[in-house]
Amino acid sequence: MSQLHYALFTGCTAKQSTPELLSSTLAVAKKLGIKITILEEASCCGASHLQDFDEFLAHVLNARNICYAEKLGLTMITICNTCQLNSAMTKHALDTDPKLKARVNEKLAEVGLEYKGTSEIKHFLYCLIDEYGLDNIKNRIKVPLSQFNIAPFYGCHNIRPSELHNNANGKENPYNPTSLDKLIEALEGHPVDYAHKNKCCGFHVELQANHTSEVLAGNAMVDAIDNNADLMVTPCPLCHLKMDTYQDDVGHVIGRDVELPVLHMPQMVALALGCTEKEIGLNFHVQKATHLYSKTA
Amino acid sequence: MKPDSVKVTLKTFRFNAETDYLPYYKHYEMKVGKDELILDLLNRIKWEHDGSFSYRRSCRHGICGACGIKVNGRATLACKQNALELVELFGNELLIEPQSKKRVVKDMIIDKKDFWDKHAKVKPYVATDIDPHPEHETKQSIEEFNKFLDSDLCIQCGNCHYACPVVEVNENYLGPAAFNAAYRFTVDTRDEVGEERLKLTAQMESGVWDCVKCFECAEACPKEINPIEKITKLHNLQFEQGVAERNIATRHAEGFLRGMKKYGYLDEADIVSYSEGYLGMYKHLKTAAKMLRAGKIHWHSGIPFINSVPKIKNLNEVQKLIKISQTNKL
Repeated sequence: MSQLHYALFTGCTAKQSTPELLSSTLAVAKKLGIKITILEEASCCGASHLQDFDEFLAHVLNARNICYAEKLGLTMITICNTCQLNSAMTKHALDTDPKLKARVNEKLAEVGLEYKGTSEIKHFLYCLIDEYGLDNIKNRIKVPLSQFNIAPFYGCHNIRPSELHNNANGKENPYNPTSLDKLIEALEGHPVDYAHKNKCCGFHVELQANHTSEVLAGNAMVDAIDNNADLMVTPCPLCHLKMDTYQDDVGHVIGRDVELPVLHMPQMVALALGCTEKEIGLNFHVQKATHLYSKTA
Repeated sequence: MKPDSVKVTLKTFRFNAETDYLPYYKHYEMKVGKDELILDLLNRIKWEHDGSFSYRRSCRHGICGACGIKVNGRATLACKQNALELVELFGNELLIEPQSKKRVVKDMIIDKKDFWDKHAKVKPYVATDIDPHPEHETKQSIEEFNKFLDSDLCIQCGNCHYACPVVEVNENYLGPAAFNAAYRFTVDTRDEVGEERLKLTAQMESGVWDCVKCFECAEACPKEINPIEKITKLHNLQFEQGVAERNIATRHAEGFLRGMKKYGYLDEADIVSYSEGYLGMYKHLKTAAKMLRAGKIHWHSGIPFINSVPKIKNLNEVQKLIKISQTNKL
């Protein structure tokens, strides 16, 4: 297999509140021999909120990010579901609406850029599964995760709207997603089947509709716990933040004790590949997770 | 080659509010042909197995919206959905359930009062004073008409409404179908109460700011309307027409620009304090302390909360693009 090479759009969270996501992503890529060029010029995607304020501006700024991947001639990869969706929505809008593309390019020309539409946008999860391949990952496992029941939590923005993601997510069925389950199986962990695995975590209304947010997160976490999950894994750092940092509040609102380590998808892979404790960064979690490394080390 | 027929187990939700204390599930096995719709299977349960099985049906042409149900959790218009397509997605056991279990009257039939009440609230019609004896018709350009064309295709089936997780946990929330209708009539050039609708949909707890952005509504719609796209348009219209009030939600949306202008990235701490106001920050102190302890708010690039966000390369480009592309202000 020729070496895979991607342009990484880190998003804001991996540069700030989830440094462990960036370190574990880079560690996994290094172990698997995947070349990563970080898009240091890329800005925030607007996180699905900026577009509510000013949709046109959100398209301009997302198109600028894609321009830098196009300049490198690489697929742009994301490690956040919301970055993935916002970038993909802009790409879709510009590729299907020549008038909008012209309006956006008029602005981009002012900073010497042009959006062409030549780069694909893909979440790292689907690069690992569809392009690197589960069998190749299996061959590199150093620490099988066989002692863990792992609840996959897919997050909304990788799976819906399914029509938009097209082939970028392996044609994942939003009502019956399987990618994370297959990845867990490939790492020899035991995927937990539970009804809420494809539901919303409520992160995006954490500030303005706190009760709604807590109930949605709580429903998913309790469902995972009741189905004997030892840990939860998600490809979205926003789901991680909601599920990890707000466990006490969530438990209080739904009237249950909630204790569940919530790992980023690359952290789970990094554990199985035998990456270092520092690279995996389980110490950055609010809900204690370092014992997972001790169990596998 | 795909088979012409497949043996399928239908696991159906059963409940009669007049006689049953708890709901239960009944199983029916049948061979399903390649051209059969989910509605055909419901009919066969009723006609061949159990005459008491109840569901709504009417036009059979995907236009009246009566037969909305859920199959394996997926919002489905029974008369439009090929059964074997779902067998391909979910396997040979199909779980047949009503749109909302807590609103069940009998089996698949639910009480949609909340849906209709909320729909009616947004004045889902062209509201205007009209001349009783007009001398000419009211004209619209193709461009004006196209603004609401797809949203006009809504058949009020309720699939998006009952797929929406916020509707399930917040009884005040108007829901995606009502928002779609609000958008459809607000952008109609013949209508004169758009501002009223925008104010209604701008309210906290019931309006568009409580949308969790899960895209369940886009996935559920059998007419491919994409209600969340209309929700985004309502957000934008609120700012464009000066209806948006200064509150947590609007500051949260607009506040992204503060960090992006300064760093290119969102300033995660600033967005919370800017949205909530400094007095509102006390709610987050406990969480902030936990995040600080875990290293999620970190010291490596400076004192937390004060210029500690990394900067992107070529930040000046983002600053210039914001300056020349921004179309709204709070």
